Amino acid sequence: MVGVSVAIVALILLFLLVFSFPAIRYNGLNILTGTVWNIGNQYGSGTVSHNGITAQAGAEFGGLVYVFGTLSTSALAMVFAVPLSVLVALALAYRVPPRLRFIANALIELMAGVPSVVYGLWGLVVLVPWIGGSLAPFVTTHASGVPFLGGGAGSGNGLLASAIILALMVVPIMVATMRDVILAQTPAIFEASMALGSTSWQAVTHAVLPSVRNGLVAAVLVALGRALGETMAVLMVSGAALNQFPSNVFQAVNTIAAVIVSQLDSALTDSSGMAQKSLAELALLLFIITLAVNIIARVILRGADRARR
Amino acid sequence: MMRPVLTRHLSNAWWIASVLALLLAIGVMGFIFIFVLMRGLPALKPSVFVTVTNGIAGGLANAIAGTLLLVVLGVILVMIVGISTAMWIVEFAQPRTRAFVRFCIDILAGVPSIVVGYFLYVALVEDLGWGFSLVAGGFSLAIIMLPYVVRSADLSLTAVPVNVREAATALGARPATVLLTVSMPWAAPGILTGVLVATGIALGETAPLIYTAGWSNYMPSLAPTHSPVGYLTYVVWSFISQPFSEAHQLAYAAAALLMIFIFATNLISRVALEAWSAKRA
Repeated sequence: MVGVSVAIVALILLFLLVFSFPAIRYNGLNILTGTVWNIGNQYGSGTVSHNGITAQAGAEFGGLVYVFGTLSTSALAMVFAVPLSVLVALALAYRVPPRLRFIANALIELMAGVPSVVYGLWGLVVLVPWIGGSLAPFVTTHASGVPFLGGGAGSGNGLLASAIILALMVVPIMVATMRDVILAQTPAIFEASMALGSTSWQAVTHAVLPSVRNGLVAAVLVALGRALGETMAVLMVSGAALNQFPSNVFQAVNTIAAVIVSQLDSALTDSSGMAQKSLAELALLLFIITLAVNIIARVILRGADRARR
Repeated sequence: MMRPVLTRHLSNAWWIASVLALLLAIGVMGFIFIFVLMRGLPALKPSVFVTVTNGIAGGLANAIAGTLLLVVLGVILVMIVGISTAMWIVEFAQPRTRAFVRFCIDILAGVPSIVVGYFLYVALVEDLGWGFSLVAGGFSLAIIMLPYVVRSADLSLTAVPVNVREAATALGARPATVLLTVSMPWAAPGILTGVLVATGIALGETAPLIYTAGWSNYMPSLAPTHSPVGYLTYVVWSFISQPFSEAHQLAYAAAALLMIFIFATNLISRVALEAWSAKRA
């Protein structure tokens, strides 16, 4: 049974690698740099060969649009979520009376348990119409000169909607870890800073937070890993852009995770099987990206543990 | 310290901002809860529970049954693998292998669920030729749940006091007897909580099921393979994008049901843990 637990990670890597290997050879670097995803002409008998691998004529699997979408939605989500989470965690640790804290903790746990499709549902029905109907037209008219804000207002489905939903989803995870990290630090640091004459906010920002910096960074990275791999909520509000970059934050995007789901039906029609294999290559890419983020988080946390001892 | 009055005001302003941030977070989440329940509860008519989905309308009987079947299968699988893994980590592993197994479990916790789904799609649906099926879906949920179950069981077993275990050993009990008759009962509430938390997560999963369980308009056939299974999260995702109000009603109903299921599991785990620890004290 232990063997099963340990083997799963290796098996995921192995199966995806073996299955997508023809696609890795066919696509080469195009999976990272190409901007066209096209399963090729399924009706003609023409085929095309590349590096000894055959696919339907015109088949091309460029993943840059989705890599960019994954990184940009998660980065923007972090811009919203990190400051908010630090503020909320500080309020929980220092301003919520201990007797009320358990209510706040239960609420946060509840928020972390809401399924991603429910966030997606709310995003699609409430957030997207608001962005498309009010926010985007207003901002694109009044801030047309600002980079990433001017241009077409779009329907509301897009980069901003995805980032807001992702931020909502990771805030509870980040807050819970940050609160624990802050509360685990000895109160002596806060008190020493107060005794030196600083205000309570200075004591927190100049003494307490720097002393738990590693724990905070690890919390951010774990949340980032979650955001990078989130599928359903993003799929529902991203606008599912295909072969197209967003020209501003309101335009449609697509992420690796979302495109794997939205392209499944199309990929199954590819008689050469190369579309399916290329989706597996994208899954492998996503696995590697999140793996790197999580390993960095662990290394930082271990360093933090060692420093505390 | 040069302008103490200003810094004091600034300090107060920041603390007010932090409390406002807390209220904002709670407010937005409350908005989402209330919105989904307000739309979903009226749509939960009795007929929804007894009719199957039919195109874009009908009921949710097949999805409810499918979700419960998939989750029960996943929970059974993950309890077998997860709890025995944790037992081995705590009781029998050497420190180095223990650290390695914990590392693997941590890594698994960070793997996106869609990647798990695609892996099982390749391994079970395609290579083994099981097709979209109950067993493939159950496996995907078990893998998603595994890190949560192993971690909680690991923590609970590690927390069993050494003197209690040593007392049993001193009375002549073998390691396996100590584990099964002393450590396990002691750790059971913590393990159970972990399993329930994992169950809540499994109830809300979508992405891996799309690739393993597929979707079906009919009641699950109980055939282990070659028979796709419907589930509630699929209805939320897919039916809300249809241009028909009947479809939207079903999506809201499914979302409300999911929330109720998940809150119920969270509540049960909290209450059970409280009761258990109160009894022990």
